[in-house]
Amino acid sequence: MNPGDPDLAAPPVALRLKTAGDTMLDLVAGLGFSGRQRQAVADFAEAGRLWRLGATLAWLDVKGRYRGSMLGPLWLTLSTAVMVAALGFLYSTLFKMVLHDYLPFLALSLVLWGYLQTLVAEACLGFTQNDAMIRAIRMPFSLYGGRIVLRNLIVLAHNIIVIAVVFAIFDTWPGYRGLIALPGLLLWLVDSLAITMTLAALCARFRDIPPIVGSVMQIAFFISPVIWRPELIHHGARFLPLNPFYTLFEIVRAPLLGEIPGGIVWGSALGYSALLVVLSWLLFVRVRGRLAFWV
Amino acid sequence: MATIDADHVSVDFPLYHGSARSLKRAMFAAASGGRIGKDAQKRVVVQGLRDVSFHLAAGDRLGLVGSNGAGKTTLLRTLAGIYEPVRGHVRVCGSLNALLDPNLGMNPDLTGRENIALRGLFAGLGRAAIRRLEEDVRDFAALDEFVDLPVRTYSSGMVVRLGFALATAIHPEVLMMDEWFLAGDAGFMDKARVRLETLVRGAEILVLSSHVHQIVARWCNRVIWLEKGRVVEDGAPGEVLSHYLARDQEDEPAASDAVPFTASLAADGAGALLQESDRGGLR
Repeated sequence: MNPGDPDLAAPPVALRLKTAGDTMLDLVAGLGFSGRQRQAVADFAEAGRLWRLGATLAWLDVKGRYRGSMLGPLWLTLSTAVMVAALGFLYSTLFKMVLHDYLPFLALSLVLWGYLQTLVAEACLGFTQNDAMIRAIRMPFSLYGGRIVLRNLIVLAHNIIVIAVVFAIFDTWPGYRGLIALPGLLLWLVDSLAITMTLAALCARFRDIPPIVGSVMQIAFFISPVIWRPELIHHGARFLPLNPFYTLFEIVRAPLLGEIPGGIVWGSALGYSALLVVLSWLLFVRVRGRLAFWV
Repeated sequence: MATIDADHVSVDFPLYHGSARSLKRAMFAAASGGRIGKDAQKRVVVQGLRDVSFHLAAGDRLGLVGSNGAGKTTLLRTLAGIYEPVRGHVRVCGSLNALLDPNLGMNPDLTGRENIALRGLFAGLGRAAIRRLEEDVRDFAALDEFVDLPVRTYSSGMVVRLGFALATAIHPEVLMMDEWFLAGDAGFMDKARVRLETLVRGAEILVLSSHVHQIVARWCNRVIWLEKGRVVEDGAPGEVLSHYLARDQEDEPAASDAVPFTASLAADGAGALLQESDRGGLR
């Protein structure tokens, strides 16, 4: 042991990790539900403490994807704009709708759907893609989930430009009434994290889930009022609130189009969300300790 | 004061392959009452660790020896909180740094500076500390202006230096180190050796897994010899190492406790007892 260079012999003080006596790892096997739940809560608390890391990772993900391209993430905005314009003209003719009514609706729907679809697809890879990381360091699993949600929120924020432009062209600003969409967006945020954690865990265990999820999403896209207006259904419209995609879209979309979503729509959205959150939490509590073995 | 307690720790690995990974098969098997596709539920389980117990306090330098697949890395990962025990209790007090993967979380598309910043954020460092980390790592790894280029443009030597510099920059109270750190000893620069020894000396507890018994003898004041996930011997380095080396030369250790069908698998490097398990579902 030869100390050699004195500069290297002593590390910079700031880089020494000292503890206040509370840095502790306490892992007990065979815990009951409440013990596992405490560990799951600790997982989320730790992820909250590391939020700067999560935000940086999410931002670098978006930046990395578009590194070297001139427009950066605005490429996405552009492609969404082209899609909205193309589908808008085509379907307004097919459905015989006035462009002024239809295009704001379509812009909102497609941007939200794009967010949901990408989120779900990336959630399926949430843990399996980070297998090396998971096996090399103890990091809260909810941080992997939060990173995916944040990354997609950043992309969503870029796409809002498309909606704003459409609203400006057709002069359909919702005014203050649009603020009623905020609670809906909050619900989306909670649901996003829940669905991401659920799919990431399930896909780590069962590798044939991503294609199943892909098919489900495709079917949902066509049978839900995403590109067609819900008013087009005359018979059986009262069954629409049974479709969680419809009600979750409606609580954000309707206020921005100057309508107020009804109680049934909100009730359905809240009910489905509660179910999703509870199931997702139970699953996470159950499998968190096994995830490192699965990836 | 840093401490590590392992109390009757056991770890099992489920080995999923083929149909055990399929939800459709699992559901089909469940729907048919287990008559069809029963193999979807029969998983092979590797017993990674079996009933491992020890206590370490500040000043302890523990070396782990044993043949390939004896459970050394599994034990390190369990102590680092990556694998959670199936039975028993693991308790670690003190800040922890586990050097298990040379390229830990390094993203080749990001620049060196960004990779350094991410590691700093993970360690919970503030802005000023991250800047010092950057300087320290850049200087040690001799990256110069490459620090602002993506890691994929680096020469392999630079990647190794960056990985090493990053892993050794943050000084924890409890240090766990896998043997790759000591691999390629010949090419190991003096500078790196000094840095590593500083890190080791600074840690209150060291857990080191290595094949190279000279390093274990030099750095450790306690050695645990693992075989098939069990502790064979635990004691002073001189004693345990001499027994371990003597056993090594006997060529084939007596496989008395291994059932015949597992012996071939153990020789394959799996090393631990294999057993069939009937637990299906989300285990």
